[in-house]
Amino acid sequence: MSELKAIVEALMFASPEPLTIKTLTKLLATEPKEDIVAAIAALKEEYQRPGGLSMVEIAGGYQIVTRPELHEWVRRLFHERTTQKLSVASLETLAVIAYKQPVTSPEIAEIRGVNTSGVLGTLVERRLVKVVGRKQVVGRPFLYGTTREFLERFGLNDISDLPKVEDMSELLGFDLPATIGETTPQTALPFDGTDEGEAIH
Amino acid sequence: MEPKQIEFESILEDYPVRLINFEGPLDLLLHLIKKNEMNVYDIPVSAVTQQYLEYLDMMQEMNLDVAGEFLVMAATLIHIKSRMLLPRPDPTQEDPEEDPRDALVRRLLEHQRFKAAAELLHEKEIQRSAMWTRADGPVAEVVGEAPEPEIEVDLFSLMAAFRQVLERARSRPMVLLPPEQIPIETRIEQLLARLSETEACGFEDLFADVQTRAGMIVTFLALLEMIRLKVVRVFQQANFGPIRVYRRAPPADAPVFAATEGSPE
Repeated sequence: MSELKAIVEALMFASPEPLTIKTLTKLLATEPKEDIVAAIAALKEEYQRPGGLSMVEIAGGYQIVTRPELHEWVRRLFHERTTQKLSVASLETLAVIAYKQPVTSPEIAEIRGVNTSGVLGTLVERRLVKVVGRKQVVGRPFLYGTTREFLERFGLNDISDLPKVEDMSELLGFDLPATIGETTPQTALPFDGTDEGEAIH
Repeated sequence: MEPKQIEFESILEDYPVRLINFEGPLDLLLHLIKKNEMNVYDIPVSAVTQQYLEYLDMMQEMNLDVAGEFLVMAATLIHIKSRMLLPRPDPTQEDPEEDPRDALVRRLLEHQRFKAAAELLHEKEIQRSAMWTRADGPVAEVVGEAPEPEIEVDLFSLMAAFRQVLERARSRPMVLLPPEQIPIETRIEQLLARLSETEACGFEDLFADVQTRAGMIVTFLALLEMIRLKVVRVFQQANFGPIRVYRRAPPADAPVFAATEGSPE
């Protein structure tokens, strides 16, 4: 058991991307899956210790990373990051896609109030979003969704891991629709489908 | 002459800031509402419309190419304003008519939600970037996982890959050689011979032994022909992933590429 745990740890350390249980079971074909799962759990436990590394779940897999609090020190090791920053427009478009996927380009434009085909192209090029199908309406427009690279870049385990938008109403000038019921009971805006449940899926 | 130009340029430099702030009409509207501390659920349409139009004028004056979306929004605002002037039935009545502003308010709020979401995502990104992973090192590809099933390559991906090969070739030093003029059939034979040694090879490896553009094109056409004749299959690991060419088991006792037309579809 402790040997298996050591193997799993070594694999996680050596892997350049998050290792899924599926891959682990494939690589360790002789070991029963339960044992592997148990080994992962034990490792997770071990990585609670206040060391330089931590074990995280990202994009459906496990990865050993440096502890985020040590960021400033680790950063000194490198000249600069190679990952390019995303523009505000890109981030907003990405947010619409992430929360509303699958979604078409006109739907994104409707929410953002501007044409987004250029930004969309960039996001596809950077593999943060991809075409996931076509909508069965006139013109059969492409439907877009996020990729595994997206999850990795934003440190999410899966799409349900996206931050909840209600969490930050105080950051804004005014309330979000989530609170609409309390603030304006008299007008009772018919928020058909735009109140949170819908928008967040 | 010179100093004036500098001045002019510095004015120009102000634009992008504005444009980023008010990327679209919804951003501009939200800005106006916030600036005037208006209640988003009870927007004074008349005042907002006026200010909105002033901004548009300003943008036009500054020779900014005002995007169509801004004009559409202006029309929407004016339309709402005119509807607000019409008498409306008592809102306490059953089934009161919708407030003309409702649709716009919904859009504004939804837009705002996603701006907030973008902000949250950005925070996530920052958090994630504070966790360093092992730098990739000398590993070309991880063995264990085919993270996404291999997908059969479509023509456009193949063409895109071919273009890359051509572009890379352009940066290679030029060597003048007598033009190689290989017929496609010969090239197919060569490629098949190569594939029978290795079973599979990378797309780019097919071009390793040709120097000229013509040779590359012949190779590419040969590949397309081989796909058509079903003697090879091409696969890609995920979108934009490396493309690999596999030899197919030749159809029972069929001459490999005797038929140049009418391959079984």
